[in-house]
Amino acid sequence: MSILIDEKTKVIVQGITGRDGSFHARAMLEYGTQVVGGVTPGKGGQQVDAMPVFNTVAEAVAQTGATCSVIFVPARFAPDAVREAADAGISLVVCITEGVPVLDMVDLYHELQEKHVRLIGPNCPGVISPGQCKVGIMPGPIHKPGSVGVISRSGTLTYEVVYHLTQNNLGQSTCVGIGGDPIVGTGYIDLLTMFEADEQTEAIVLIGEIGGDAEEKAAAFIRSSVKKPVVAFISGRTAPPGKRMGHAGAIISGGKGGAEEKVKALREAGVTVVDRPDQMAEALSSAGR
Amino acid sequence: MLQAYGIVVPQAVLAHSGAEAARAARRFGGQAVVKGQVLTGGRGKAGAIRLVSSAEDAERAADDILGMSVKDLSVKHVLVTEKIDIQGEYYLGITIDRDAKSVVLILSAAGGMDIEEVAASSPEQIRRLPLSAAAGKVEDVQAWLAESFSDKAQCKQAAEVVQNAYRLLREKDCSLVEINPLAVTAQGVLIAADAKVVLDDNAVPRHPELETMRNPEEYTTDELEARKAGLSFVSLFGEIGCMVNGAGLAMATMDGIKLAGGSPANFLDVGGSSNPQKVLDAMRILLRNKQLKVILVNIFGGITRCDDVAQGIVAARDQLGIAVPMVIRLVGTNEVQGRAILEEAGLIAARNMTDAVRDAVRCAQEGGANS
Repeated sequence: MSILIDEKTKVIVQGITGRDGSFHARAMLEYGTQVVGGVTPGKGGQQVDAMPVFNTVAEAVAQTGATCSVIFVPARFAPDAVREAADAGISLVVCITEGVPVLDMVDLYHELQEKHVRLIGPNCPGVISPGQCKVGIMPGPIHKPGSVGVISRSGTLTYEVVYHLTQNNLGQSTCVGIGGDPIVGTGYIDLLTMFEADEQTEAIVLIGEIGGDAEEKAAAFIRSSVKKPVVAFISGRTAPPGKRMGHAGAIISGGKGGAEEKVKALREAGVTVVDRPDQMAEALSSAGR
Repeated sequence: MLQAYGIVVPQAVLAHSGAEAARAARRFGGQAVVKGQVLTGGRGKAGAIRLVSSAEDAERAADDILGMSVKDLSVKHVLVTEKIDIQGEYYLGITIDRDAKSVVLILSAAGGMDIEEVAASSPEQIRRLPLSAAAGKVEDVQAWLAESFSDKAQCKQAAEVVQNAYRLLREKDCSLVEINPLAVTAQGVLIAADAKVVLDDNAVPRHPELETMRNPEEYTTDELEARKAGLSFVSLFGEIGCMVNGAGLAMATMDGIKLAGGSPANFLDVGGSSNPQKVLDAMRILLRNKQLKVILVNIFGGITRCDDVAQGIVAARDQLGIAVPMVIRLVGTNEVQGRAILEEAGLIAARNMTDAVRDAVRCAQEGGANS
């Protein structure tokens, strides 16, 4: 089994009539995902290809039985789109949108905790269980079904690593982009727990970057609670302090959040940390796969 | 900003020269503090904050501080503030706790010092109180503050400062409101002797008035141009210009260059759906750098389409007259079309990131003669 999503997952797309929403709804459908419809307020009754468009998430859920939603709406509407999905009974929300203010996420995070709704993102590429289901914007063909679980704060860097894994015949169980913002719905520890419990997953790849101390916290958790081999890569080892490196969360501030501390913490927890993405396959082999 | 939110701050005058500083100090009877204005911490340690007791002193101090550099930022003006008879100093900050996913109040009686250092050397001196979305009930906050402020009147004032700073953080979408020191005057008044406010870039679009506060002097010309073009760019000091899609891959590319013995000239994320124009803009910005010996393009197409990028690269070469060699790595969405465009234009793209990085580093070391 994969984690979070599989071939049975029914997905709706919030913002399906937009430029990115429609493009990726089609791409997900082509990959084999059960995209059962979409939502754009005021455009209910229309269709995107064969996918029906609804005015509200509640209607979409009632008509299609969807349990997962992927969000492509602009940043200023994204928090309310997540709320609407949560209130309509969606249990997994994937928010691709970049640029959500961090204080909005503070409020949203706690609301979702109370409602027991899982959010992936925002500012993330989404989730894919290769060969089964793709909920996000990642290029499908670079993936391959297998037994490596991938967790990452980045988008294209994840593609880089996955591409390399696939070329070396190392397939993936599920790949999750958790998002590059300071506050995201689901972090490393939640996903490490899921991968540790997942039968299909035999090893875990963790792709981190500068900013915050989520990698250090993950290291402590790995030491205490993860038995499967973990291999990591941390980007931003040459990033200057005080400058935001693209991602809102990728900044070294007040002497904290640097790459070397993260590498050190992970190594001390028994994690193999590679210096280049293309050293990942070899590291996985020697880490006991 | 603090004043607008009802927080007491010292009287202050901005000065651009020693003479202006002297005039300002005279207004405060010569008793003043001269502070170099740069958007970073550690000013005190760098000697960019001086206590003066006469207008002549103020002039000398300002002349010394102007033109100084603090963490690579040069001081262009100084703030002259009235000297306050300080009886005690606290640190008071409100920020976002990434772990707890909440707003947190941080308080320390060791005010005036670098809070990170206090946190490292004597963490017991720092107290933290999570503030809920309900802004923390006034009574609760006051009860909590009472442990640090034994004087009742001061405690009440501190509670007001917290309320006001919290309102500022919420209403203006700040990721940090830091008052350090929060000074207690001889009259028992709490005054924000110095402060730092960090805004959330993601929230600036809903506060257009804040955009005007962005200080152009704190960014390089290239960084400002990149912002206008919708590119995420940070100037560095090396000789290999980087154009990459995605922040994580862009950082990993810089790291790879360093690992291979080279040195990156910049961080540049051309973003998700990069159209040829964005690539052209990015190239224009890279080429302004006189240190540049080679350009490394590293694209992993997801949303970004390789053919768009290839068109942009060819257009840049034809329109901008690129005098340095280019190493291009192009894979992902529409890779075949992208490669075809490059080949037709006589350019070759690598498929492997490590090879491309190594080639770029070698090019730079050979002086970037030609490709």
